[in-house]
Amino acid sequence: MSSTSLPSQLSRTVVPNFERWTLRKLLLYTAVYTLAIVFLFPLFVAVITSFKTRAAVTQTLPFIPVFPWQEGFTIAQWAQAFSVLQNGLLNSFLRVIPATTLTAILGSLTAYSLTKIKWRGQVAVLLMMVAATFFPTQAAIVPIARFWSVYVPLDQLLGPVWTLPLLEPYHGDLLALIITDIAYGLPVVTVLFRGYYQTINQELIEAAKIDGANMYSIYRRIILPMSVPMFAVVFIFHFTQVWNSFLFPLIIMSGAGHSAAPATLALGGLGQSLEGTNYGLRMAGALLTALPTVIVFILAGDKFASGIQGGRA
Amino acid sequence: MSTETENTGEALDSSQSQLRRLIGADAIKSMPFWLLPAFLVGLFIYGAVLWNFVISLTDLQGFGTPSFSQLDFDMYGRAFSDPQFLFAGQNTIVLLVVFTIVCLVLGLGLAILLDQDIRRRGHLRTIYLLPFSLAFIVTGQVWLWMYNYNYGVVNTFTRALGLGQYQIIGNSQIILGAIITALAWQFVGYTMVVYLAGLRTIPDDQFEAARVAGVKDYRIYWKVIIPQLKASAASAGVILMVFALKTFDFLFAMFGQYRPQKGADILATMMVREAFQKLEWAYGASIAVILFLMALGIISPYIYYQYKVNEI
Repeated sequence: MSSTSLPSQLSRTVVPNFERWTLRKLLLYTAVYTLAIVFLFPLFVAVITSFKTRAAVTQTLPFIPVFPWQEGFTIAQWAQAFSVLQNGLLNSFLRVIPATTLTAILGSLTAYSLTKIKWRGQVAVLLMMVAATFFPTQAAIVPIARFWSVYVPLDQLLGPVWTLPLLEPYHGDLLALIITDIAYGLPVVTVLFRGYYQTINQELIEAAKIDGANMYSIYRRIILPMSVPMFAVVFIFHFTQVWNSFLFPLIIMSGAGHSAAPATLALGGLGQSLEGTNYGLRMAGALLTALPTVIVFILAGDKFASGIQGGRA
Repeated sequence: MSTETENTGEALDSSQSQLRRLIGADAIKSMPFWLLPAFLVGLFIYGAVLWNFVISLTDLQGFGTPSFSQLDFDMYGRAFSDPQFLFAGQNTIVLLVVFTIVCLVLGLGLAILLDQDIRRRGHLRTIYLLPFSLAFIVTGQVWLWMYNYNYGVVNTFTRALGLGQYQIIGNSQIILGAIITALAWQFVGYTMVVYLAGLRTIPDDQFEAARVAGVKDYRIYWKVIIPQLKASAASAGVILMVFALKTFDFLFAMFGQYRPQKGADILATMMVREAFQKLEWAYGASIAVILFLMALGIISPYIYYQYKVNEI
């Protein structure tokens, strides 16, 4: 082992191989940065288009920016996009924060019971969770839409609740959406937590049991404190998933005009109503809708990446 | 009256202890941890899938309530004699196959590039993955603008290169390719991340040993590294294929309506349109069942294999 690793260490450290730098590395760096430009290009185009007036959109090349000191620059598109989407953005936060928090907590509890407690039938629950991560949503949306509109219309059933301050009957559909989001988030979040809990040493649990800890105190005192990094991963990952989701709001709220429509649904309406004439506004609206997830992604891209890997191992 | 309640009480008691024996005391004790999630998943996912199947056997449409007196497979017969269904099904399979292959190949390329000894790897990975963090409803709008006939980027370039102008969205010949390109842009980064995780599990000394033996880098990748990434490719491939089956948001955003332009209809969009625009609930449900069976055909060998090798 040492005989093979020694020469390679030498070649890495002692000989800085200039020969390779010139060609191989040059090609490599050219490739990775060209690709970076390719990946960012559509977004770059969207950003610069969103700052152009309608006239400038048609009169300038799509990938040439218009700067603030030039004619054709405007922030009016962003202002209009914000006024159209502000209610949607608020609804999105009202949806995403409880959905993500509750999914994370419930997923963590379930994963704990699937890894650190032995009980009969747990394989069935496990398989149920794993298989459900793959189901196409379309297979369930007709019953879900009927469930919330015909059988359990929360806006009517919870009548008295909506008389409370700040609550309106249309929040019933928001609540329906949150519950649906939780149900559809649980499988992947449980699988994520489970992968993490499997790495926790079982001896730690056994030792705590000998000291008289029961399954609740083991969760509270050992598992929960150790889960903090995983909660961060799940939060980032699932926040993005729920924020971006579009089909559930569409079928539960049946259109962009709904008062509780989240930003993605409202954005769909923005494109529809304007018949594609004002691309500056469209781009501003799209970017505004994407902004929260982009901020989260830039701040914690590594956690997002590990969410993708762990969830689909 | 009183004896009756006593009896039911006793029956309840004995049935409870039977239940306890059947599923075990630990299952009962651990219920607070898993019962609510299992209930939600059972009701909203499994229950809904089953209920969807039942609806597909009825004739439900419009604002009526389903009648269960006459259950049959009429809707499936209707689907397989509907040219739109056959066309959308064909498009679905083309999208699924081409999209998956493109993502798996390009994602592998990106992963190998980032596996090299380069600076700012983390930043580059973030950039490649950025499109994947965006909503399809957002990227659909962006690509609609990219493909715009008069002012879009793609046509600006093709004009500059003397290739002429293309009605990309309106052309049923190239629209599917345009959609696959846009979706691949969004998913290649995801595939790359899955491969990178696989690459990390391969010990460095395999590479070093081969290098010392004088083997060229590309041959090491081809002969040693890539064969070990089969598991990563399989798991990414399953996710990509299932995604291709259900993708709806992107097409809805691009076309701003339930019906995609000519040539771009797939089963996922057709299903939502039949059910939620035309209110053909039973017909939509039957297409959903077909989509579900297709997904099952993709995932069950995968899950079975994972279970066999104890990965689950």
